[in-house]
Amino acid sequence: MMKHKRNAILSLASLLLLFAYLYYLNFHHAQHGMLISILEKSAILALVAVSMNLLNGFTGLFSLGQAGFMSIGAYVTAILLIPVKSLDGVYYVNGINPALRSFKVAIATAPSWVQSIYPFIALLLGALLASALAALVGIAVLRLKSDYLAIATLGMSEIVRAIFSSPQLDGITNGSYGLNKIPTFPKMFGSLVPSMVTPFIITALCIAFMVLLIKSSYGRAFKAIREDEIAAEAMGINLFKHKEMSFVVSSFFSALSGGMLAMYMRSIEAKTFSISLTYDILLIIVIGGIGSVTGSILSAFLVTASKEWWLRFFDQPLVIGGWHVPLFRTGFRMVIFSLLLMVVVLVYRRGLMGSREFSWDRCIARVRSLFHHQDKRQERGGAQ
Amino acid sequence: MSSTTILQHCLTGISLGGAYALIAIGYTLVYGILRLINFAHGDIFMMAGYFMIFAMASLPWPLSIVITLVVTTLMGVGIEKIAYRPLRSSPRMSIMISAIGVSYLLQNLATYLFTAIPRGYPEIPFLKRIFHLGELSASFVTLLTPILTIVLVILLMILVNTTKTGMAMRAVSKDFETAKLMGININAIISVTFAIGSFLAAVGSILYFTDRMSVTPFSGTLPGLKCFVAAVFGGIGNIGGAVIGGFFIGMVETLLVALGYSTFSDAFTFLLLIVMLLVKPTGLFGEKTQEKV
Repeated sequence: MMKHKRNAILSLASLLLLFAYLYYLNFHHAQHGMLISILEKSAILALVAVSMNLLNGFTGLFSLGQAGFMSIGAYVTAILLIPVKSLDGVYYVNGINPALRSFKVAIATAPSWVQSIYPFIALLLGALLASALAALVGIAVLRLKSDYLAIATLGMSEIVRAIFSSPQLDGITNGSYGLNKIPTFPKMFGSLVPSMVTPFIITALCIAFMVLLIKSSYGRAFKAIREDEIAAEAMGINLFKHKEMSFVVSSFFSALSGGMLAMYMRSIEAKTFSISLTYDILLIIVIGGIGSVTGSILSAFLVTASKEWWLRFFDQPLVIGGWHVPLFRTGFRMVIFSLLLMVVVLVYRRGLMGSREFSWDRCIARVRSLFHHQDKRQERGGAQ
Repeated sequence: MSSTTILQHCLTGISLGGAYALIAIGYTLVYGILRLINFAHGDIFMMAGYFMIFAMASLPWPLSIVITLVVTTLMGVGIEKIAYRPLRSSPRMSIMISAIGVSYLLQNLATYLFTAIPRGYPEIPFLKRIFHLGELSASFVTLLTPILTIVLVILLMILVNTTKTGMAMRAVSKDFETAKLMGININAIISVTFAIGSFLAAVGSILYFTDRMSVTPFSGTLPGLKCFVAAVFGGIGNIGGAVIGGFFIGMVETLLVALGYSTFSDAFTFLLLIVMLLVKPTGLFGEKTQEKV
């Protein structure tokens, strides 16, 4: 009981510290632009990684449709949020659908409280649309076995992408030209939460929801299905109902993350959401450990930071003492990254965390053993 | 549309279908034995395109073709040895992730080595010669592709159905464990399977890219996935089914492009996959398998 309380306090304290740090960053925006942008992207990817992990790691359904659901969230958010005054600039080739324009004009003249919650409604609408599609597709594809499910969901994501970039939808999605001038993250609660902190709050809330789901009896059913479908069915678990639930919830949060990605990138096109985006997210959960929420979160931050920042030097030519080091040029970073992924897949199959979660108990035990080690070494040193 | 145009499109479709059929065989053989979607197969096909470009830069075309075929075959076998063999006893999900990892690696490696800018595919003079059949006109490669495909498939069928290696391949795909107990060298058979698959992908790549003119690091992804769909459509594990699936998808895709629905030509393939998996999951000619507890 003591330990329980201590762990809760430690978690709460570190969360508070994290948010305090985010507020600090917000007030020193100018010096930390790079860091802020990387943290934001990591948080967005952490959300989609956890949602993919819910499906692949906890329910054992190998789905590769994340990019498709993200594109739905991103497109709905973008279409609803592009300000009226930029519309002509964005849809400069084919013009905008008149019904959509009049709807947007109506929103722009609505009272201010509507406008302050409107971005969140847009995000939510995208997510709901994606989960509706997931529910429909799920009825069809969820009875497929592992690899067939993977290729069917991958195909679905490609179909969604083809629909968004089709010339028939030019007036809404701007076809292959993509959308831009998407406003950034909205503020929350008046200006209590600045726009920079919003994605972190949304991500934290969504991940908390998924953790609760995993800990509930539904989550235990998911894990049972992962371990052995036939045994789970024999224990009275309704396979279809639980798979469908996991699929719909996962798509909901993927789309939410896609919507935030649109706000983060400010401009999107159908190509952004190609198969390689799904592979990038898969890379994050494999490195973090399939079946570990904290692993996915940690890995989202580590992978994004090293990709966008720490390992950038691999892409620059490197000269040491007049000697031009070969290999270092554009693209080398991604080669290193894929090699790293292969090493994790082949050698460290458990990833960073395996299927374990971060726990204060283990953390403290490790720190203690570190000190004990030093004590012993000192003793030995004294004896000599 | 006049009948000449339709026939012209059909000719293009058959040619594309032939290349697809050759790639689809690689998927179907590997899936038949390892129960693995070899996501890297499309990228092996793409790499074969680059090998040809670099071989042609300094060598005459007959030698370049031989080098491309040999190097691609070795690469396919090497990938299996390094990335799939250590995971033989792991869950299917990890070996699939490994396949995706290899695909990711090959794409990034190609981007690094050859940059993402499309590279022109070398022209092999005799393949590009234009023939006229009445009102139709076609380059030699368009006519050669379906013929070569069918010849190769017949050779492969003979190999699988009459030789000892072929018998071992059929045994391994039927029952992995029992085949092992009967003294079949599983690893050697799997290597042979990957060699055949990669060899056919290399042939397919020469035929495909001669018509398409350029290669990028990502030009293997979509053809690869489509050919997997072709393999599923024909019944996975079935060589004849894969060939028919390849021709069918090539034809329909060409017709959709001709009718002006080019954005939907990729989507159609996947729609076909989903419908097929729902209506007849074993494909056109697939054998029914019983699920055991």
